[in-house]
Amino acid sequence: MKWFLKIGWVYLILILVSIIFLFPIYWTFAISAKTRIELFSEPRLLQTTFYKENYIRPLGNPTYRGYLWNSFLISTGNTILVIFVALLSSYALSRFEFSGKNSIFFWTITNRMAPPAAFLLPLYLLYTRIIRIDGWKLFDTRIGLILVYCVFNLPFTIWLLKGIVDSVPKEIDESAMVDGASLFRVIFSIVLPLAAPGVAVSAMLCWIFAWNEYLFASCLTSANARTITTGLAEFVTVVGTNWGEMAAVAIVAMLPSLLLLGLVQRYIITGLTFGAIKE
Amino acid sequence: MKSRSLTFRNGKIAWGLLSPMLLILFIVGVLPFIYVLYLGFCQWNVFAQVSKIKWVWGANYRRLVFDSDFLSALGRGIKFTLWTVSIEMVLGFLLAQLFMKPFRGKNFFRAIYSLPLTVAPIAIGATWRLMTIPGFGIIPYLFSKLGFDYNIAYKANQAFFSTVALDVWHWTPFVTLTLLAGLTALPKEPFEQAQIDGASNWQMLWYITLPLLYPVLTTTLFIRIMDALRIVDEVWMLTGGGPGTATRYVGIHIWREVFPKTDYGYGAAMSTLVLYFTIVLSWLLFTIITYREERKE
Repeated sequence: MKWFLKIGWVYLILILVSIIFLFPIYWTFAISAKTRIELFSEPRLLQTTFYKENYIRPLGNPTYRGYLWNSFLISTGNTILVIFVALLSSYALSRFEFSGKNSIFFWTITNRMAPPAAFLLPLYLLYTRIIRIDGWKLFDTRIGLILVYCVFNLPFTIWLLKGIVDSVPKEIDESAMVDGASLFRVIFSIVLPLAAPGVAVSAMLCWIFAWNEYLFASCLTSANARTITTGLAEFVTVVGTNWGEMAAVAIVAMLPSLLLLGLVQRYIITGLTFGAIKE
Repeated sequence: MKSRSLTFRNGKIAWGLLSPMLLILFIVGVLPFIYVLYLGFCQWNVFAQVSKIKWVWGANYRRLVFDSDFLSALGRGIKFTLWTVSIEMVLGFLLAQLFMKPFRGKNFFRAIYSLPLTVAPIAIGATWRLMTIPGFGIIPYLFSKLGFDYNIAYKANQAFFSTVALDVWHWTPFVTLTLLAGLTALPKEPFEQAQIDGASNWQMLWYITLPLLYPVLTTTLFIRIMDALRIVDEVWMLTGGGPGTATRYVGIHIWREVFPKTDYGYGAAMSTLVLYFTIVLSWLLFTIITYREERKE
């Protein structure tokens, strides 16, 4: 009883809240394991059978496999681009003294703060009508989405990486420069290896945010570059939704972030507050 | 040693390193912004016989002020934001206080609490939809056991509060973890001093914790307001903006109404207004924060 009054009640509340957070995801998994008949019978908490068809059918469908492949390519492409560009920028912001440094900070943040819905129309028009080279346009291309995702991934990565580059002692790259190493060599073969753990976590966060994005993907693609999140949303608009399959696709869409959760959880707040709050 | 310090003073090299970032954010951030500002003053109907852009000054905005659909979507968005953000701030603060207690397994619980933050919002919408479907959803089932009729497909109020519940589920962990980061960073001395002086827990909370936590609290509040105002994915999956227009918040309104329509000028004006609204709001919040900090000094 004494133990409970001291710390036990904390555990009790924490566990109850954890159940609330985990339950919707468990419930989705349970539905993804149900046949149609099971689905419409009395709800049960424990799911003992597993109906694989719910997974096999969408994952065997070339359209959905294409969506997954696109999501993978776009997230990976965006991550590589963002890390490369952000590393250069954060190195400049960390090491160099120049006027206008602080305004850059506010400017990158305003890019993140803008409501995406307000940018749908201008981006759509830019992608379909304005930026076009010989009939080739950014609309419905993977490159198009890779670029758009920089709007929210670049600002936070720069401010995350700046903190990490700051922690690499300046003396190391100074002595390398004295030995005649070029700036790019210093950044990529001296600073990058030393900052590797932080860069890896930033990359994972970037990847997850790109994978999770829906609004831009739904408006700036039509067939070729659709991602898994748009695929998931398509389930509800179709008449006579197959809920089991929808749950299975939702689980697949959640899987990467669930797998990386343990690794990124320490940095997620810095990522979501674009560096305004550090842990 | 002289050469490197000269390198780091060279602004041109710094701007060179920044240039890829500036270029990308210019294309996908600044260019659309300028373009939407411009289009807001134009009339452009693509399906007209002769599709061309005509400068019409403020005609679009004049129309917008009397557009009751748009205004009520904006009002609904604000109502949604007030509900969700106030619940989240209170719950988040209480949970953060709980996390400050010394107990084992903190990292484990933190991982569970950051789960909603990493999962795709659209998938969160899907999971909540699966919980609320009449027939096999767990929520209607539990409510029916209690004798209530829960059906968000045609009950506007229930739909609204279901989206509030979803948002609270989704973002309370964010508030908890940001405030926790702030609480852990607080200096220890004022608390020790207060304890010696015999201050009660409430007094310490009110006179020490809250004032010291003020910058983090306002930053969190600010980010939450911005994000709640522009919510689309989760609500769209859960209710589709319905029943009727009960959960059609401003982001969804723009996405479903303005975007597919061919009246680009009007759509641009609406986008600009929402953008402007967000900017004014963030400016207001920033001013309040800095005012408070100046007064302290």
